Amino acid sequence: MTATKTYQQPNEQGYYGQFGGAYIPEMLHRNVEELKARYLDIMYEPSFQKEFRLLLKDYVGRPTPLFLAERLSKEFNSSIYLKREDLCHTGAHKINNTIGQILLARKLGKTRIIAETGAGQHGVATATVCALKGMECIVYMGEKDIERQAPNVARMKMLGAKVVPATSGSKTLKDATNEAIRDWINNPADTHYIIGSVVGPHPYPDMVARFQSVISEETRWQLQEKTGNELPTHVVACVGGGSNAAGAFYHFLDELSVQLVAVEAAGYGVNTGMSAATTQLGKPGILHGSKSLVMQTADGQVVEPHSISAGLDYPGVGPLHAHLFASGRGTFLSATDEEALQAAFHVSKTEGIIPALETAHAFAVLGKLKLKPTDRVVLCLSGRGDKDLATYMNAM
Amino acid sequence: MSRIQQLFAEKKQQVLNVYCTAGYPELNSTVTVMKALQDAGANLIELGMPYSDPLADGPVIQASSSRALTNGMTLATLFTQLKDFRKTIRVPVILMGYMNPILQYGFEKFCADAAAVGVDGLILPDLPEFEFETEYGAIIRKYGLDFIFLVTPETSEERVRKLDELSSGFLYAVSSSATTGKEKDFSAVELYLQRLQSMQLRNPVLVGFGIKDKETFQSACKYANGAIIGTAYIKMLENATDIETATRQFLGEVLN
Ligand SMILES: Cc1ncc(COP(=O)(O)O)c(C=O)c1O
Repeated sequence: MTATKTYQQPNEQGYYGQFGGAYIPEMLHRNVEELKARYLDIMYEPSFQKEFRLLLKDYVGRPTPLFLAERLSKEFNSSIYLKREDLCHTGAHKINNTIGQILLARKLGKTRIIAETGAGQHGVATATVCALKGMECIVYMGEKDIERQAPNVARMKMLGAKVVPATSGSKTLKDATNEAIRDWINNPADTHYIIGSVVGPHPYPDMVARFQSVISEETRWQLQEKTGNELPTHVVACVGGGSNAAGAFYHFLDELSVQLVAVEAAGYGVNTGMSAATTQLGKPGILHGSKSLVMQTADGQVVEPHSISAGLDYPGVGPLHAHLFASGRGTFLSATDEEALQAAFHVSKTEGIIPALETAHAFAVLGKLKLKPTDRVVLCLSGRGDKDLATYMNAM
Repeated sequence: MSRIQQLFAEKKQQVLNVYCTAGYPELNSTVTVMKALQDAGANLIELGMPYSDPLADGPVIQASSSRALTNGMTLATLFTQLKDFRKTIRVPVILMGYMNPILQYGFEKFCADAAAVGVDGLILPDLPEFEFETEYGAIIRKYGLDFIFLVTPETSEERVRKLDELSSGFLYAVSSSATTGKEKDFSAVELYLQRLQSMQLRNPVLVGFGIKDKETFQSACKYANGAIIGTAYIKMLENATDIETATRQFLGEVLN
């Protein structure tokens, strides 16, 4: 075991504690090696940073506001700040990562972009940046998700992307990811795979976390400006693969006074067999190229999770989060479908913000945190609820 | 000398390795299929351990895996099925599969059980060479199993040499950077195979991916010690009424 001095970065081989690595077939070795060898140099080149920052500002609309939600604060007897990623162009934090990766793909000389998507938010964010940069875009999406996320499918098509249904296995995000990886294996020379979360083989988890870290970078100075203290007491974020949480936690990972609260989707309930609470239900295993916690049967077949929110409906979790869970650095809670729906309606009426179903899970645990009046909570409002209106209408 | 090394000591050309999926087409057809392959002229058998998320396989083999899992296949069941297979099967047998189910079974217990029933080697495409060298390779060797790495047209010469050094039994040359079942113009592959041949590697080389009939098998054999048929055989089994007859006919057409 190597001693981890920081929670932020994995070691040379991509391990956060015992989780991470690059468990990939030889066919992907060259692409992943190239990425590993070059991503940091490329990302921190001044010209890259300049273009990245400019696009975040003028195209995505950053910095996103940090909003003191007064009525929620009163209700929970503390100060609750909402980091408004829902105001990003395309309606969620996902675009922070796709802007970064499309620029990276161009530096690598790639001409064709592939991505997987669950709820369609990452697919839309990828299709958007491909349109922006005039690149070919193919998005893999589970057949089931194509049915339940029709508006996002239409958006991707309108943006010029080709949406390819994943028809194998359980026909959801996990299978879309398999199909995207297969595509990459079959087209190694011209294609870059834009993974949508802090999952996949090293260096993806670290790279995506760095692109998303702009969330906590802004939070720190915004909180300083508002309160005279750059540190919150809690950061709360929902976790599917874990990218908005990784971004919201990033610059607080080594600030041990800050409680990092990750909220998973409990589905019908953690112990009902219809859940997506990976850290509660998963065992160490290997999925999509990294070692992490994986929901699986006793003989190591990956199981199909359940969540009302397609963006959290994933049987794995990024290796950073598996490490935060195993080391005790993170607090892992979960919210059921029902709790998330209630929270979505409640926040809409209380603050005038309709959150994405994924984000609603984060709101749902505020009551479980036993907050004090001196607590300063930052909740990552990862996305807006437009895409979930059909589900919300059903629940009305 | 391992059973695989013995094979290549005796037969340096036209070695035919055929892939089949454990528990496919029926749960209990595993050994029947293996026996049929041996009787029909296969020199080596690559037995796939089904997994829910087989990244390196194409749709045909994935479908056979799903079917096997639906049939109830597990690693524990597989070792029960293989308990007495050495009474009827002489050819070397390699288990091919993915890390996750093996980790759940227990990596060392897996190697021990595989060696105990008479399995000769392993192909685990998602076990990277770093983890092989630091953790798993020693366990694999402790039980006398051969371990076969994959190389592709994208693999640098330096890396081919390293993987050749780490492999024993043979080296698996993926004929294009592609998942199994993808068809490619075979002539494009010849240059790469010639390059491998000219490197004078330690291990024999078998060519896999895209080998489906006599013509592709013969082209592969021009520059390598033999080749591996997977997808084409699984596809054929899908519609077969009698495993023995169908296998005899299929391999007959490849070999004669
Ligand atoms: C709004 C929103 N929040 C959260 C997620 C979950 O992803 P992650 O855990 O990577 O942030 C998604 C995924 O689609 C999303 O659309």
